[in-house]
Amino acid sequence: MNHHVTSNCEVCPVNRSEHLRRLGLDVTEFDFIVALAGNPNVGKSTVFNALTGLRQHTGNWPGKTVVRAEGAFAFSGKRFKAVDLPGTYSLLSTSVDEEIARDFLLFGRPDVTIVVLDATRLERNLNLAIQVLEITDRVVLALNLIDEAKRHGLELDDRGLGRELGVPVVPMAARNGVGVNELLQTIAGVADGSIACRPRRLAGTSRSVTGGVDKLEKMLISAYPHLPSARWVALRLLDGDPAIEEAVRNGTIGTIRAESNAIANTTTV
Amino acid sequence: MTQKTAHPEEILSTARALRATIGQDFHERLMEDVFTDAARVADRVVRRPGQIKTVDLDRKVDRIVTSKVWGLPLMVLLFAVVFWLTIVGANTPSGWLETFFLDLAYPFLRDGAASIGMPWWLSGFLIDGVYLATAWVVSVMLPPMAIFFPMFTLLEDFGYLPRVAFNLDSTFRKSGAHGKQALTMMMGFGCNAAGVVATRVIDSPRERLIAIITNNFALCNGRWPMQILLATVFLGGLFPAYIAGLVSAAAVVGVAVLGVLLTFIVSWALSRSVLKGEVSTFSLELPAYRPPRLWQTIYTSLIDRTLIILGRAVIFAIPAGAVIWLSSNITIGGTSIAAHLVTFLEPFGLLIGMNGVILVAFLVAIPANEIIIPTVFMLTVLVTGAEGIGYDPGVLFEAEGAAVKNLFAAGGWTVLTAVSVMLFSLIHNPCSTTIYTIFKETRSGKWTALAALLPVVMGLAITFVVAQIWRVVAA
Repeated sequence: MNHHVTSNCEVCPVNRSEHLRRLGLDVTEFDFIVALAGNPNVGKSTVFNALTGLRQHTGNWPGKTVVRAEGAFAFSGKRFKAVDLPGTYSLLSTSVDEEIARDFLLFGRPDVTIVVLDATRLERNLNLAIQVLEITDRVVLALNLIDEAKRHGLELDDRGLGRELGVPVVPMAARNGVGVNELLQTIAGVADGSIACRPRRLAGTSRSVTGGVDKLEKMLISAYPHLPSARWVALRLLDGDPAIEEAVRNGTIGTIRAESNAIANTTTV
Repeated sequence: MTQKTAHPEEILSTARALRATIGQDFHERLMEDVFTDAARVADRVVRRPGQIKTVDLDRKVDRIVTSKVWGLPLMVLLFAVVFWLTIVGANTPSGWLETFFLDLAYPFLRDGAASIGMPWWLSGFLIDGVYLATAWVVSVMLPPMAIFFPMFTLLEDFGYLPRVAFNLDSTFRKSGAHGKQALTMMMGFGCNAAGVVATRVIDSPRERLIAIITNNFALCNGRWPMQILLATVFLGGLFPAYIAGLVSAAAVVGVAVLGVLLTFIVSWALSRSVLKGEVSTFSLELPAYRPPRLWQTIYTSLIDRTLIILGRAVIFAIPAGAVIWLSSNITIGGTSIAAHLVTFLEPFGLLIGMNGVILVAFLVAIPANEIIIPTVFMLTVLVTGAEGIGYDPGVLFEAEGAAVKNLFAAGGWTVLTAVSVMLFSLIHNPCSTTIYTIFKETRSGKWTALAALLPVVMGLAITFVVAQIWRVVAA
C-alpha cells in the first residue's frame, strides 16, 4: 500500500505552497483559530513552525514548549491564528500543562484542533487524540514521523485510522516538509466546513456509567444548548474536576459554543 | 442569551449525588476505557511486517550512553570536546573582530570625533565608554557562542539531552530535587535566564524553586570567555605548548563540573532546610535518536540563540561602558571614583585571593559577566599606571599575548588570583537579567533575594578558604 510520502497534491499546479503565506507573529486579525495538541516531543513545534514560518525552538526532548506559542498564517484567502499548546499525554489529570491545553481546547474555542501523533508510538498517542475528540469535533489528526515509523519497520493505515475515528488524517514528516500542503488543505476544509468531521465517539466512556452520564448530559444541554462537548463536561463533573465545576458555577461554561466562525472579537483564555 | 432550564447548582448537586453512586475507581475506569479504545484502534491500524533494526540500534547506543559505568565519563568527555572545539575555534575569528573593532574602527571613530570638534568628554563617553564596551563584548562573545550553540543544539536535536537527564536523574533525586532539573541545568550552560524559564517543565513548586535557585551554578555562556582566558594564560601557560590547549579545556570543564557538584550539594541542602518535601516521581521518556538537520540547526541556533543573547549582552554593555568611563573620569579630591573604590576594597579582595580591582569589576559587571576582564584591564592601568599601554583612563581595551601577561603582572596577579577569580566567577550572584527573570518566575522578593545572595556568600567563603590554604601550602 502506498503511504503518501509524496502525494499528487504536491505536484498539482493548483495546490502549490504559494497559497501559504506565513505571517509569523502577526496575529492581529484572523478568521479561524487553529490549536496544536499532542504528546510531548512528537513534532508539534515543528508543525507549528512549518505553518507560521516562526522558529519556535524545537529540541529533541519532551517538554520544551513551556509557554503557549502563537503565530499566524494565511491560506487560500483566509487568515489563521495558530496556537502551539504544551505537550501532554492526557487531559484528565491536573498538571499545569494539561490544564493549559485542556482550558484552551474548551474555552479558547479553536475552530480546528490539530492533534499531532507520533506514528512510531501510535497507541499511546491515541489516548490523547481520543480525549480531544471527546471535547471537540473539528479535529485533524497529523500522523507525524511516518519516515521514522518506516525506518522502524512499521506500516500505518492512515485511511483506516481516519475511518476508525471519523476525522481526517494527514500523514506527515514535518521535519522535511512532507505533508504540510495536505495539512493546510485539510485545516482549511475543516475550518470552512467543506470537510465534515463525524468523530466516532468511542464505546469506552459510556460503558461504565451510561445512565448517570446521560442524565447529566441532558441537563447540561438544556442549560447550555450550544455546548459542543456536553458529554465530556458531564464526565468531568462526575469525575469531580474542580476547574470544570467552577466553570459551571460561574457560567463560563455557557460561553463555549460550536461556532464555525470565531472572528476577530474572539477572546482567548 | 441562552434560556437556562437547569440551574448550575442543580447540575452540580446532581453530579455530586451521582458521583457517590459510581464508586471510587471512576477515574481509573475512565482512563482504562480510553486506553482500551486506543489499543483497539492502534491494533487495527498498525502493522509490523519489517525488521526493527533501527530500534535495536537506538537501544544499543542507549545501553552505552546511559550505562552506569560509561554514561558519566562519556558525557564529561563529550562536553570537554565541545568546549575544546569552542576554545580552539573561537581564537581566530575573535582576533579578526578585535582587529576590526579596536585596531581599525576605534582610531577611525576617534579621529572622526576630533575632526568634527566633539568635546573630549562627549567623545570619551561615547567612543571610549559605550563603543569600546560594546565592541569588546561582541568580539569576545560572538565567536565562542557561534560555535558552542550550534554544537549544543545538534546534540539536543540528536536526542542526547534526555540521556544526560537520565544519567543525572538518580543523583538529582538523592539531592531531593526533580530529575528534570538536569534539563534546566543544561539550558543554564547556555544562559541562566533561559535555564530559569525552562524550569517551567517542573510541576512541583518546591522542586522548581530548587531548580531556579541552583541554576546559577551552571556556568553560563557569559562567563566562560573569562574562564578560557584565565585558564589559558595561567594554567595552560604552566605546560608545554602542545598540551596547553587541552589543559585549558580541562580546567574549564573542571570548573563546569564543580558547578554541577555545587548544584547537587545546594539542592540537597535546600531540600533539607527551607524547601523540605517529597521528591516527586516522573517518567522521563528517551526519545528516538533523530539525525539533526545540520544547516537548519546551525541557522536557527545562530539566529535565535546566539544573536538574541548577544543582543542582550550589548544592551547591558552600553550602560556598563558608560558607568566605567564616568567613574574613571569623575574625580573626588584628585582621585577618580573608581580608584577610591579600588582602594577601599583592596584589603578585602586580598583576603579572598583577589584584589580591589577585581571586586570593583565584579560590581560593575553585574549587568553582564562578559565585561569583567576588560574592566579589570582598564582599572589596572588606571590604578597602577602600567607603562606602555597607550590608552586613556576609563578606556576598555583588549591586550594580546605578552601585553596580557604584563598587565596581569602589573596588577599583581598570581596563579592563586586566577584560580580565585575562576572560582568566584562560577560562584557569585547571577547577572541582573537572570535575577529579574527569577523574580518574574517566582513572583517573590524573598526567593529572588535568596537566589541572588546565596551564591555570593558561598563564593566569598570558598575563595577565602582556598586563599588561606593556598598561602599556607605555598609558604
